[in-house]
Amino acid sequence: MSEEPSPANKNRRYLLIGATAGATAVGVMGAATPFVKYWTPSAKARAAAAPTRVDIAALRPGEILKPTPAWRGQPLFIVGRTPADIERLGQENDELADPASDNLEKQPEYARNAWRSRKPEVGIFLGICTHLGCSPTYHGEPAAQDFDPNWQGGFYCPCHGSRFDLAGRVVKGVPAPDNLVVPPHSYLSDTEIIVGVDEETA
Amino acid sequence: MAESTPDRALTRLVAWIDQRFPLTKVVEEHATKYYAPKNFNFWYYFGVLASVVLVLQLLTGIWLTMAYVPSGDGAFASVEYIMRDVEYGDIIRYLHSTGASAFFVVVYLHMFRGLAYGSYQRPRELVWLIGIGIFLVLMAEGFFGYLLPWGNMSYWGAQVIVSLVGAIPVIGEDLMIWVRGDYLMSEITLNRFFALHVVALPLALVGLVFVHIVALHKVGSNNPDGVEIKDNKDENGIPVDGIPFHPYYTVHDFQATIVFLFIFCAVVFFAPEMFGYFLEKPNFEQANPLKTPELIAPVWYYTPYYSMLRASTFPLFGLQAKFWGFVVMVAAILMPAMLPWLDRSPVRSMRYKGLASKVMLALLVVSFFILGYLGTIHTTPLTTGMAQVCTMIYFAYFVLMPWYTRVERTKTPPERLT
Repeated sequence: MSEEPSPANKNRRYLLIGATAGATAVGVMGAATPFVKYWTPSAKARAAAAPTRVDIAALRPGEILKPTPAWRGQPLFIVGRTPADIERLGQENDELADPASDNLEKQPEYARNAWRSRKPEVGIFLGICTHLGCSPTYHGEPAAQDFDPNWQGGFYCPCHGSRFDLAGRVVKGVPAPDNLVVPPHSYLSDTEIIVGVDEETA
Repeated sequence: MAESTPDRALTRLVAWIDQRFPLTKVVEEHATKYYAPKNFNFWYYFGVLASVVLVLQLLTGIWLTMAYVPSGDGAFASVEYIMRDVEYGDIIRYLHSTGASAFFVVVYLHMFRGLAYGSYQRPRELVWLIGIGIFLVLMAEGFFGYLLPWGNMSYWGAQVIVSLVGAIPVIGEDLMIWVRGDYLMSEITLNRFFALHVVALPLALVGLVFVHIVALHKVGSNNPDGVEIKDNKDENGIPVDGIPFHPYYTVHDFQATIVFLFIFCAVVFFAPEMFGYFLEKPNFEQANPLKTPELIAPVWYYTPYYSMLRASTFPLFGLQAKFWGFVVMVAAILMPAMLPWLDRSPVRSMRYKGLASKVMLALLVVSFFILGYLGTIHTTPLTTGMAQVCTMIYFAYFVLMPWYTRVERTKTPPERLT
């Protein structure tokens, strides 16, 4: 086959090459599926992410539940709020980036209030900063701090300096873009909650 | 005088191989008849030293896997086991951990050499781009490897970097779960990082280093004068300013390797932690998903880029500040890849470039060092401001290059090497 192929032959060749390339591309995409899906959470990881029950009988106003419980392996911040905290959180505060919880992805509908909780006296948050995933530290007392002389109580992330109030609402001008996440949860009784489901019947 | 019998046997053996494999041809092309410029200076040691460190990392890495256990419960304990109970385990591990830092030291110096002498310019664009590829793989390799000891800094450092993926709009959250294979950094994540660190990326690294050298030997080495030695050949077609790589540069580099190993071993034996810069203190505590260390700082070789990430503090065009931080960091890492097309200078070497190029390169180096330092400490409004200025300078070096390399007054390079 040393001579030039005729134009008809050439077109036929291009068609064959094109069809082969197209079929191969589809095949490669299909073959890639197991490799890509392999990286998604396994059954074991999904099972470990099941709802968790937490006993909150030991929770006192002005304190955070210790030892830190976990849901999906991530720290849960469960805080008791004093009447003064509850009143302060209810007031308007123009230092907050999203005071009315307008970002609907960060809390369930029932936590879309000034306290971001079902009960004003108990706050439940995922203890993971919405910036780059460090775990903030609880500073519940309204007292001057190194990072804020007018500190009103809340959470401070040591990694990059993000600050949140006692309702997990982020302060303006810090690296974190969103409020702390309120996980879906419900009360089984006054002293026990379940984290991971919205409905008490679950 | 007739050849002695062993010599004749060797010649016959080589001839036998040559009929089946191009042994002599390869050796001549890449060593005995590869003509390198005769004026290589100090800065030309670091390519060879990078290869030395690569071999060292492969060797010590393979040995470490023989006692390391990549599991959530076992990883941290197995590293302790290597350090205390495995014969010479501490030496092997310190060689590997110090080797990681040494790798970046020599690679950064190697890259600086490229900037100073214009080694990225035509016709060496591909050598440069493959080199950038090596740098990227190396950064990924270091990142994945740092998780493996499963210390608390390993854990949270990786958490912060993986969270960057979450800053990508729309798909970020799902992509983050996909990368981790879990809803948090877990044993599942550790296992896949282990696979990438010990199998996938080393293969890629070795492959890239191979093509880096093949491409280099095709176009020939640059030199401190930036003068093309192939433009001046004698009647046999040999560059008059070139000398065979072997034996001249092999011996020369062997000596440098020994000096390097002296310094390297001094660090391994006497300061393997390098006061918290090579091995960070929180990493002596096992990973704890519920407790973040006081200060998250990456290992020193990532800190300049980490500073640039943190320097992005305001949202823009409706996208979050952390997304822009991610963009700035990726752009900073990839920017050098554009150099062959940004440099419009008629000359290669800094020796003949104008004042503007020299000042800009000096500013780049200074800002890179400042960023590197800032990345190791807590941020304050002052340090954030400094990091923002240094980030601007870093990018200015690249973005303004087409302009300042064209307008500045250059010197005429000599015809021959000096």
